[in-house]
Amino acid sequence: MMQQRGDDTIAALSSGQPPAAVAVIRTSGPAAFAAAQALAGTLPPSRQATLREVRDPATGSLLDRVLLLRFDGPASATGEDVVEYQCHGGRAVVRSILNALLAQPGVRAAEPGEFTRRAFYNDRIDLTEAEGLADLLEAETERQRRAALMLADGGLRRLVEGWREQIVLLSARAEAAIDHVDDEEETGTDVTALGIEASALASELAEWLARPRTEPLKDGIRVVAAGPPNAGKSSLINALSQSDRAIVTDVAGTTRDVIEVPLAIGGIPFVLVDTAGLRDGRDVVERIGIERAESEVRRADILLWLGEPKDAPAHPQLMLLHPRADLPGRGHVPVGSIAVSVATRQGLDELTDDLVQRAVTILPGEDQLSLNNRQAVEIAHAYDALLNTDGDLVIIADALRRAREAMDRITSRAGIDDMLDALFGRFCLGK
Amino acid sequence: MFDVLVIGGGHAGAEAATAAARRGARVALISFREEDVGQMSCNPSIGGVGKGHLVRELDVFDGLMARAADRSAIHRRLLNRSKGSAVQGPRMQADRALYRQAVSKAVKAAGVTKIIGEATRLLTKSGVVTGVQLANGELIASRTVVIATGTFLDAQLFCGMERLAGGRRNEQAAVPLATQLRELGVAQGRLKTGTPPRLDGRTIDWSRLSPQPSDRDDWSMSALPPTLRPPELACAIARTNGATHAIIGANLDSSPLFAGAIEGRGPRYCPSIEDKIKRFGERDGHQIFLEPEGLATEVVYPNGISTSLPADVQQQFVNSIEGLERCRIVRPGYAVEYEYADARKLRSTLEHLSLSGLFLAGQINGTTGYEEAAAQGLVAGLNAAAVALGAAPVLFDRRSSYIGVMVDDLTLQGVNEPYRMMTARAEHRLFLRADNATTRLGEAAIEGDALSTQRRNLIHAHFEARNGADFSDSEEGRADALYAPYIARQDREWGAVQRDSRVLIPGHLDFRSVAGLSNEAVERLELARPETIDQASRIPGITPAALAALHVAASRRAA
Repeated sequence: MMQQRGDDTIAALSSGQPPAAVAVIRTSGPAAFAAAQALAGTLPPSRQATLREVRDPATGSLLDRVLLLRFDGPASATGEDVVEYQCHGGRAVVRSILNALLAQPGVRAAEPGEFTRRAFYNDRIDLTEAEGLADLLEAETERQRRAALMLADGGLRRLVEGWREQIVLLSARAEAAIDHVDDEEETGTDVTALGIEASALASELAEWLARPRTEPLKDGIRVVAAGPPNAGKSSLINALSQSDRAIVTDVAGTTRDVIEVPLAIGGIPFVLVDTAGLRDGRDVVERIGIERAESEVRRADILLWLGEPKDAPAHPQLMLLHPRADLPGRGHVPVGSIAVSVATRQGLDELTDDLVQRAVTILPGEDQLSLNNRQAVEIAHAYDALLNTDGDLVIIADALRRAREAMDRITSRAGIDDMLDALFGRFCLGK
Repeated sequence: MFDVLVIGGGHAGAEAATAAARRGARVALISFREEDVGQMSCNPSIGGVGKGHLVRELDVFDGLMARAADRSAIHRRLLNRSKGSAVQGPRMQADRALYRQAVSKAVKAAGVTKIIGEATRLLTKSGVVTGVQLANGELIASRTVVIATGTFLDAQLFCGMERLAGGRRNEQAAVPLATQLRELGVAQGRLKTGTPPRLDGRTIDWSRLSPQPSDRDDWSMSALPPTLRPPELACAIARTNGATHAIIGANLDSSPLFAGAIEGRGPRYCPSIEDKIKRFGERDGHQIFLEPEGLATEVVYPNGISTSLPADVQQQFVNSIEGLERCRIVRPGYAVEYEYADARKLRSTLEHLSLSGLFLAGQINGTTGYEEAAAQGLVAGLNAAAVALGAAPVLFDRRSSYIGVMVDDLTLQGVNEPYRMMTARAEHRLFLRADNATTRLGEAAIEGDALSTQRRNLIHAHFEARNGADFSDSEEGRADALYAPYIARQDREWGAVQRDSRVLIPGHLDFRSVAGLSNEAVERLELARPETIDQASRIPGITPAALAALHVAASRRAA
């Protein structure tokens, strides 16, 4: 669980690791201004970048000349008083300024995600915006960046608020008919009309539920290579990741006997997954590996099958490959299979083209808002509630209440503590 | 030395005094006049949607209201008949005189000592209430005090530009007590309510109005079998028209509401006729229920035209209504503005957080309506007796009663306009029905140990009947079956609430020391002092983020 402390002030390097041309050090909290005064003398007006000499208050020695920015809470990124130091990006400079700041009373080092967490606590951002911000900081491709920006910008919040308002209006009609009967004539309400409007909203939600989710875009499209042992899965993945079209975005790692290679092709994030060969395992270790392989097949967004076409597992995005096409006796290519050869690079371009084409249908459209799995679960709850509007007026009103609560959970609530820790744990230091 | 001293003999006061007496406390009740006990100040009716639910719940604890209503009912109607049994609200019109007699008799029978006079000062010693001083100087010692002064705290009456001190027409106001409560920080501001003119029934042309008969089928408010039942009368429905609206519209500047004389906020759900005209002037007419006030009186209560316009304007607009052309006003309507207390400073027993032994119940807590007042009277009475006698408190929760919903709303959220019970406030509404009050609260009532033998037997018999073969054919059994799947889901939700209820917020927690709480959140939390995370979640302005911070702080300190 992330530490929560008193009303202290946090400081951290907010830009990338030095050395760099410029580094940004951020402080936030009640002592941010006092600390800045101790280091840099009188503060400039709010939101006005000003050149200042930063000195170590203990020794009086000059540490650097920095561009200093002051933001007065609550109108700041965190909702607290914030001071930013744009200094030269050498390791020693950054370290000396940070050390001088941390020596000030009430100032301590920030923990990962703590700036964003404070922004959330101070109602500067809601949950969907925080999620967007986390995605934005992690984005590696242009598409990821644009999608995350839309989320951080409150695109989903506005959408959910719109739905919530429609639900509240329907609720208000039901509630008025139930409760306002004493003095005025019993407020008649058309229960059928209420049900029709609720289902209209439900179909709008259904459209959103049918759309591609955010996860493939964020985590990469999982392309799983599967087939019998020695079918050439590993060499195919190596060949794909070494092709000049692909940019490997991270070092390949082995997780649970499954090798994952994240890479981008044509700006689209993929994760190539190599599995243990699928065969009837005889010893226990092998069986475990095979079970994992089978679960990878189920998780796959696209499945590359390197075995006999008749043995291929059922999958909505199945691609049949005919590997080692250059070898003698492999000349006959079954209908519907792509012939590939790692040695001659035959079919590899065709394969990557096909992957990109399929990816487009799996990914959220460009500049299109999409839901992540957590949000989709709540929208599905609201959808179920809105469809369940047969019954008496009280039952309808109850369904509307549940739909509204589901919407509320998208922007905040529910399983609060774990969810917040999970969310803010994703941020790195200084964010 | 009394155990419980109740100030005020209205609906809250009478229930508080008798509930405390049923628990075995020595109880006294102070009121201005002998005849004030059990008075209906405004409409002569009991119950309604949400309110009827409260009356049925009170009845399970042997409260007076349901039986007094049965004893005096001259017209009965089950509201929302077409809208699902969970929200059907029993409503009765009572003969004012019979109702008062019934309550007054019950108070006497409970052995409550009546003191006629004005309570002018609360006696306290180091944060503990010790009694009350009367206007004649007499000191009355008591272990606990329940203030149930309704609209009488520094009350002002308005009729046109006329302004009088008093909580009802021709009656006094409690001014010195109000001053002291303000000094103690108990009182917080002003609210407003109003009442319509009363009409002479002999001058109404009933033949031109549509009659509204009483329900034919036989039902009663109390679960106890009715004793004597008065004959029933028909009501009638009249309607305002364009001419009425023109008269009112032309005289709005002589209404103290709009001329700025009244600062207190009025009940949004029971607006005055001038409010309705101002806000919904485009409507072609507003309905008026003409309700006879009793068998032995010609006075008729026109439900729907509460007003504080000058008396001559009232007479004029009444005469513009079809069937009322020659109608004579017996007593003009008026508005009352009164001091009310900040209920967020009360515990869920309605005891004050900083003055031990002081309980507040009824309209003083910002509610409107007899039923809301009476239900709080029950809570305060049972729990004042508990404090005085060292017995266990009787607590109500949102899951099992409207009383619980109301107390929780009042003590956590407070009010800034008169609070009226509505079913929409109850998230467990499908379970909180008027037909299953005994099932919901029977066990708690028996544990509260303030019941007659007859009631105790009735509750036991009801639980037995629930297991019987015929139960599924009963009204309650059918409703249970209808709502069963929904209630099962709500039970799961309640499970989550209870998990949050188990996260206790330490009483001494300094909210300012909790990281991530805004100043506004800190202020609201300090006012309401929630005892659990679940309670905190219902305080307005407490955002989920604030809640998370509080959750972390509370669990860390508990560990």
